[in-house]
Amino acid sequence: MIESVLITVVQAVLILAVSPFIIGLIRKAKARLQCRQGPGFLQPYYDMAKLFRKDVVASTHSSWIFTATPYVLFSTTLTAALLVPVFISQVPLNFAGDIITVVYLLALGTFFLILAGLDAGSAFGGMGSSREAIVAALTEPAMILSIFAVGLTAGSTNLSTIVHRTALLQGGVTDPPPHLLALAALFIVTLAETGRVPVDNPATHLELTMIHEAMILEYSGRYLALIEWASAMKLLLFLTLISNIFAPWGIATAQGPVWMTLGVAVWFAKTCGLALLIGLIESMFAKLRLFRVTDFLGLAFILSLMAIIFFYILRG
Amino acid sequence: MVALHGAGILLPIAFYNNPHFQNLSSHVAAMAASAAGVILGVAGLLAPMPVIFSMPSNLPLLSFQLRVDPLASFFILIISLAGWAVSQFAMGYVREFEGRHSIGVLGGLYNAFLLSMMLVVLADDGLFFLIVWEVMSLVSYFLVVTEHEKPETRYAGFFYLIMSHIGTAFIIVTYLVFYQQSGSFSFESFRHPAAPFPEGMRTLAFAAALIGFGTKGGIIPLHVWLPYAHPAAPSHISALMSGVMIKTAIYGLIRVYFDFMGGTAPWEWGFAVLAIGAVSALLGVMYALMEHDLKSLLAYHSVENVGIILMGLGAGMIFQSYGLPTLAALGLLAGLYHTINHAMFKALLFLSAGSLFQATHTRNMEEYGGLIRKMPWTAFFFLVGAVSISALPPSNGFVSEWLTFQSLFLSFQIPDVLMKIMLPIGAAMLALTGVLAMACFAKAFGISFLAMPRSVHAREAQEVTMSMRIGMGTLALFCLVLGIAPMFVIPSIDRITVPYTGASIAGRVISENGLAITPGMEIGFASISTPLLAAVLAILIPAGLLTAAAVGGRIRKRYYKTWGCGIDLKPRMEYTATGFPQPIKQVFSMIYRPMVKLETEMMEESHYFAKRMRFETHIEPVFQKYLYDPVVSVLNRLADRLRVVQAGSLHLYLTYIFLTLLVLLLWVR
Repeated sequence: MIESVLITVVQAVLILAVSPFIIGLIRKAKARLQCRQGPGFLQPYYDMAKLFRKDVVASTHSSWIFTATPYVLFSTTLTAALLVPVFISQVPLNFAGDIITVVYLLALGTFFLILAGLDAGSAFGGMGSSREAIVAALTEPAMILSIFAVGLTAGSTNLSTIVHRTALLQGGVTDPPPHLLALAALFIVTLAETGRVPVDNPATHLELTMIHEAMILEYSGRYLALIEWASAMKLLLFLTLISNIFAPWGIATAQGPVWMTLGVAVWFAKTCGLALLIGLIESMFAKLRLFRVTDFLGLAFILSLMAIIFFYILRG
Repeated sequence: MVALHGAGILLPIAFYNNPHFQNLSSHVAAMAASAAGVILGVAGLLAPMPVIFSMPSNLPLLSFQLRVDPLASFFILIISLAGWAVSQFAMGYVREFEGRHSIGVLGGLYNAFLLSMMLVVLADDGLFFLIVWEVMSLVSYFLVVTEHEKPETRYAGFFYLIMSHIGTAFIIVTYLVFYQQSGSFSFESFRHPAAPFPEGMRTLAFAAALIGFGTKGGIIPLHVWLPYAHPAAPSHISALMSGVMIKTAIYGLIRVYFDFMGGTAPWEWGFAVLAIGAVSALLGVMYALMEHDLKSLLAYHSVENVGIILMGLGAGMIFQSYGLPTLAALGLLAGLYHTINHAMFKALLFLSAGSLFQATHTRNMEEYGGLIRKMPWTAFFFLVGAVSISALPPSNGFVSEWLTFQSLFLSFQIPDVLMKIMLPIGAAMLALTGVLAMACFAKAFGISFLAMPRSVHAREAQEVTMSMRIGMGTLALFCLVLGIAPMFVIPSIDRITVPYTGASIAGRVISENGLAITPGMEIGFASISTPLLAAVLAILIPAGLLTAAAVGGRIRKRYYKTWGCGIDLKPRMEYTATGFPQPIKQVFSMIYRPMVKLETEMMEESHYFAKRMRFETHIEPVFQKYLYDPVVSVLNRLADRLRVVQAGSLHLYLTYIFLTLLVLLLWVR
């Protein structure tokens, strides 16, 4: 019991502590690819610390939804992150929710964020909310199907069971084609859900293109800090999902200080690698027009559907 | 129990003729009857054997027989729980009609409506069922046309009347097939016919039941009456019609398929139900997104949710056909769980819509806005309903939708590859439905309650009376309880499904410590624990607050108006209920076929300045245009032809009667 609580707390602290670093790493990678020095890796921490200490300006038109949303978003994202195996394959809270729960918990946060975007009455917020709704609507089916394709091999939709069983397989995945298709689909979903290029550009505040940034335009001070932190955690959550579902090697499959320390180190290395990849993609591609995003996300859906069909064809 | 039940039925009728305190008496009587109904429902679910009440009748073929079995009790419970809260709400709500309409008639019909729904699920005789079913349809028609002075209400009522009679006609076909095979209208003989049915007759009976009950339930393409009838009726009536009455269709389908037919059928039947469910769910939510009449929006969401319920049922039927009783029980469990959930949150949402209508005198969301400050309670209850219907954890909608997802994913146990692939596609459609529902309620809540008031009505709105708030609060509480206490709900639903599937799954679905639920497979397959999720969420919100306080100290907050690019922000600059789903409309333009008309009138002096602009946009009502309009026009043309025989002369009619008599006499000779 004590160990379970301890592992949960450690996981929460790890997610909270590492997530701003991942953002810093992506920014650094992009800067280096643009032949700039770029700010240090720790810049997101400084930014957040400063934001926490700043005054909050709230709109007179807004309601308690505006105040509550940062805390709701923070709490739903962190709860979702506690259901995902990070450094140990069987997380203590795994019985509280499976992958569908993770998807719907994140949707709860998105729901409140959409409301907050509308709350201040500004057209920018409404625009961001409206666009976020369509992007969320198109990603979710692809996400559910791609996870299901992986879950079929493991015979479960519980993340811990999927990761644990895949980690215990010696010599790799049994059917590579469905896994690769599902991986590609989930990667596209990750880019869309976390608001990265080519779906959304986190570095822009241009009204023609912004989605996520438009929704949170009215936020300042500690509210903004909490929202930024939650977005960083969401990104880390998705990177963790990808690395641990498709390449769970190195994750601790049993409790023990040595294995768990190794698990943390391997997880950190894997997510940093994926973050560098995202930095590379952001440097290589331009943001898609909003109505071209549909095709991109449709591709993810088709890929995940093919993963399921391939699974059944290969199994006969 | 018999006495209580008798009181539950007689009380509304006894008070019906009371001219004094019509409002109070009718709704207090309805509340008392509903309380009795709750007791009956719980008792019926716990009773070891079905209880049968018989009343003698001297009419041929007809017997007034009532049967309280777990399935009927479950629906009695749904009707009573919703009926109790709605009656509480109605006490405050109908005051608006005072002076304009007879409260006594409204209250009496309201009681008759509740009673007829109870009798529909209790009836144990085919003919008796049809009679009370027809009473239910007619009474609800009268309630829909309460505000009959408005032409659109009369049209809505007429439309509803026609559609429900088409539905009843198909149900009659089903029961006639059963009667022909078994020689009696008693449900007992339907269950155990003397000779096994020929396959063709069974298919006919099932297809007719699907169409007949589907019309009442609002499956696509038979859903067209819902977006007319629900907005036209007074809101507490729409809450009952949408939350409860359309559930009698689910009851009828389960009764016919699992009870009468024993649940054995080829997989195509289950697949048909699943496919209809998936299409209804997806198209229902898509049309809902485009509505800005709040009650039409909710009506389309009823189409969606009936679709989700049918997806659960359909999955259960498919599993039953392949001889997988535990999975069949899981599918049924998911469907029935969603049935009670939908009854609660849809009634809640319709009551909130009624409160908004009473406060603002409009149903158009474009004229709401900023109501969260004027009506904080209504806003909060609407938010609870919105979170529940969007299936966001830890609400009740999440539990039942999760069970539906799991029963669709467990399709990998079916030995047929086609089904193995089709059911996950159904799950993907369910996922899309879920997110679109979330988007739709983000729009409904955001446009109605947040930002600035968009009209004088919204600026002058006031919070509704206490009795209305209690009514909504009761339903919100039911939603929360159904969400975080599934371990108490599942065993009772299990009692319904055991006789039909032969498998008890409550022990497998609920984990040993009672905290988590799983789809009843091996350990570790998948599980959720809504109480735990609620606890973790509740712990982490203060954690966020504390972190912020620890790093930043005391909060210093300033208020300032929203930046409007240098000019004063006006309500006209806000995002509208039409603008919000615009990207969705564009992406799915294949389905919506939107029509946009823009007329610009230029100034005479210059062609660069517009004097007047007119913008019009609407989506194509595909089903009405391509399915209903041709039928209606053919019927109208036929009627025109037939007018020749109807000259209005009494002598001519007497001749017709004489001729008919002659032909009949010759025929029976």
